[in-house]
Formats: sequence, C-alpha cells, structure tokens
Amino acid sequence: MEDSKKSVKTSAERITANSGAGRGILRKLFISFLRIGAFTFGGGWAMITLIEREVVESRRWISREEFLDLLAVAQSLPGILAVNISVAVGDRLRGMRGAVAAASGTILPSFTIILLIAVFLTPDLIQNNRVVASIFAGIRPAVTALIVAPVLTSARSAKIGWKTVWIPVVVAALIWSDIPYVSNPILFVVLGAFGGWLWLHRKEKHLRNKQLEKEDKEADV
Amino acid sequence: MIYLQLIWSYIKIGLFGFGGGYAMLSLIEREIVSPGWITEKMFTDIVAISQMTPGPIGINSATYIGYVAPMQAGFDAPLWGLLGSLICTVVVVLPSFLLVAFTSHLIHRHRDSLLIRGIFTGLRPVVIGLIASAALLLMNGENFGTETNHIIISVIIAVCSLAMVLFTKIHPIFVIIASGIAGFFIYYF
Repeated sequence: MEDSKKSVKTSAERITANSGAGRGILRKLFISFLRIGAFTFGGGWAMITLIEREVVESRRWISREEFLDLLAVAQSLPGILAVNISVAVGDRLRGMRGAVAAASGTILPSFTIILLIAVFLTPDLIQNNRVVASIFAGIRPAVTALIVAPVLTSARSAKIGWKTVWIPVVVAALIWSDIPYVSNPILFVVLGAFGGWLWLHRKEKHLRNKQLEKEDKEADV
Repeated sequence: MIYLQLIWSYIKIGLFGFGGGYAMLSLIEREIVSPGWITEKMFTDIVAISQMTPGPIGINSATYIGYVAPMQAGFDAPLWGLLGSLICTVVVVLPSFLLVAFTSHLIHRHRDSLLIRGIFTGLRPVVIGLIASAALLLMNGENFGTETNHIIISVIIAVCSLAMVLFTKIHPIFVIIASGIAGFFIYYF
C-alpha cells in the first residue's frame, strides 16, 4: 500500500519533469495514440505491444511496472482493451483530459476509415456487384476460421483442462441454441463472474480448514 | 426510435463485453443481428472489413453498424448514417471509459482480493465459450451457402484458412485477402 503511494508520487514528479511546460503533453498523448490507432491491424494485443513501446520506451511517460499495473486494470474491466489502456495511461498522466485525449486518438483513425468504407462499400454493393459479391463469398468462410483459431489458442493459454472444458462447451452451445433468455451472452458473463468468486471462496475456505486441522494435530502432539 | 435502441444495445455491449473483440462478437450478434437491423451476411462482412482495417474490432463494428443500421431502417440520407456512427462509437466506449477513469484505483488496490481473483478465474473459461459461440453462429447457410457445391468450397476455404492461422505465421489480413482472391476466381467465372 505504501509502496504504491510512493510510486504514484515519483511518477508524478517524473511526468512534470519530462513534460516541460506540461501543456503540450495532451497534444502529444493524442498524436501518439492516433499513430498507434492508425497503424495497428486487428486491435487487441498487437496494439498493446505498440502502446507499451511508445509510452514506456520512446516517450518515457511511465515505467514498465506501472504500465503492467495499468494493463492489469484495463484487462479486468469490460470494453475494448486498446481503448481501456489508452484511457488508463491518459488518466495517469493528465487526469480526465488526458484520458479523453488518449482515447480519442485511439478511436479516431478506425472511425474515419470505417466511415469512408461504409459510405462507399454499401451492403447493396456487396450484394449486387458481381466482383465484390464473389470476393466476399470467398471471404466469409475464412472469417469463421479466423474466429475458431483464438478459441483453440486461448484455451491453451487459459489452461483449460478436462475439469473445466465443460464450461466453454456449455456456454457456446447454449448461446448458439437460440433459446430465449438462456442464449443471452450477458447471462454467462454474470454467471461466470459469480461462479468464479463462489468457487474460489469455497476453495480458500477448504484450504484454511485443512491448515487449521493440521495445526490442531501438531498442537496435540 | 432506432437510435435509442442502438444506444441501449451498445451500452450493453460496452458494459458486458469482456475478453476482447472476438468475445464481444456473440453479444453484437445477439443485440444487432437478431433484431434484424443487419443481416447475417453483413455481420460477417463487417468482421472481415474490421480485420483488414486498422483499429480494434469493437470500434470498427460500432462505426459500420451505426452507419448501416439507420439506413436499413429507412433513414436513407448519409447524414443519418453519420449520426448513427458517431452515437454507436461513443456509446460503445463510454461505459469502459468511465469505469477505467473512476474505478481503476479501486481495482488496483483490491486486485489481490478474493472477489476480483474469483471473478477472473470464472470469466476465463466463459470468454472462450463466448468466442466459440461467435464462430458457431457464423457457420450458417448465409456464410457457407446452401447448395452442396458451395458448401464444399466454403468448408475447404475455412479449413485452409484455419490451418494457415494455426500452423504458420501468416497474418490474418493475408488469409482474408487470399480467400477473397479465391472467391473471385471460383464464383465470378
């Protein structure tokens, strides 16, 4: 607790030292995140790597440890990860205004590009232009495959084993089933969060009881 | 009023979208495709376009859907689309923006607590299920075709793409481009 207070203080000192007048930092924040937003394809972790390089290594706005702390928080909240981390970094540096500057930098490039695409590549065109329609007919099954891939890779990294594999299987099947109410993804997010807490709570209690038993036995001896 | 419905849907998406872009897809599918604002095909196309353009998929899809949905509902002028884009994009980031800005200190302080650790232990397998459900939802007649030949070609494309992503270091963008070229040669002539 005291440690974290100290690190906040030192980082604040470093920021004021680094940013000179301090006013230009809002613009720099915006431009940094604008660049990152404009050149990362796919979002998510690809973006995190670039953001880390920018704010930790080239700009030296925050230390690596601080960045990892912010990342942990950004990951644990809902929403778009790249936006969350930019809000967290901007907030750490310049409060609310910093958060707005960083977030709008991240959002603006994709917003502009997609808007242009939406204006020119209308659903009508995709449907009725023979060239575009045939290209997209080939692309659609590939998109499905691109979503299957992270299921397999993240199952590995989340250490899904025989005891837990039923959870993703049941969740996926029920959402797919289209049964009213039961197929709502929000239901499973809430259940998962609550169930995880309950499970860990009972597990820790169990461990504690065992520990106590052991201590009792040792005391008897 | 379509805009109010879009706002309500995107608040839910922004608030319950854990686990990144792909995990959000099933939520978007339920909120946006099921009510019939856009078709299944369009939804898949948006995912493809998001993959090929920079930026997070959550932003990309919100901007595109915000533009298209009002038009499908009869608000034909591009200005209505622009308004929809703006609204959806702002609303999808607003919940997490406020949460990160106001609760990050709290979460940072309690991240070793039983509650926070428990929540994430429980969410991890659920998120994988969410991504899997998005993949299942996309495996339908609109995306894979309804005639036997079409289905066979689609399955071949899907299996090749999956193999490319899993076993090589080819970037997903090139997988999409390659399948688009394949689609052009197979279906155009």
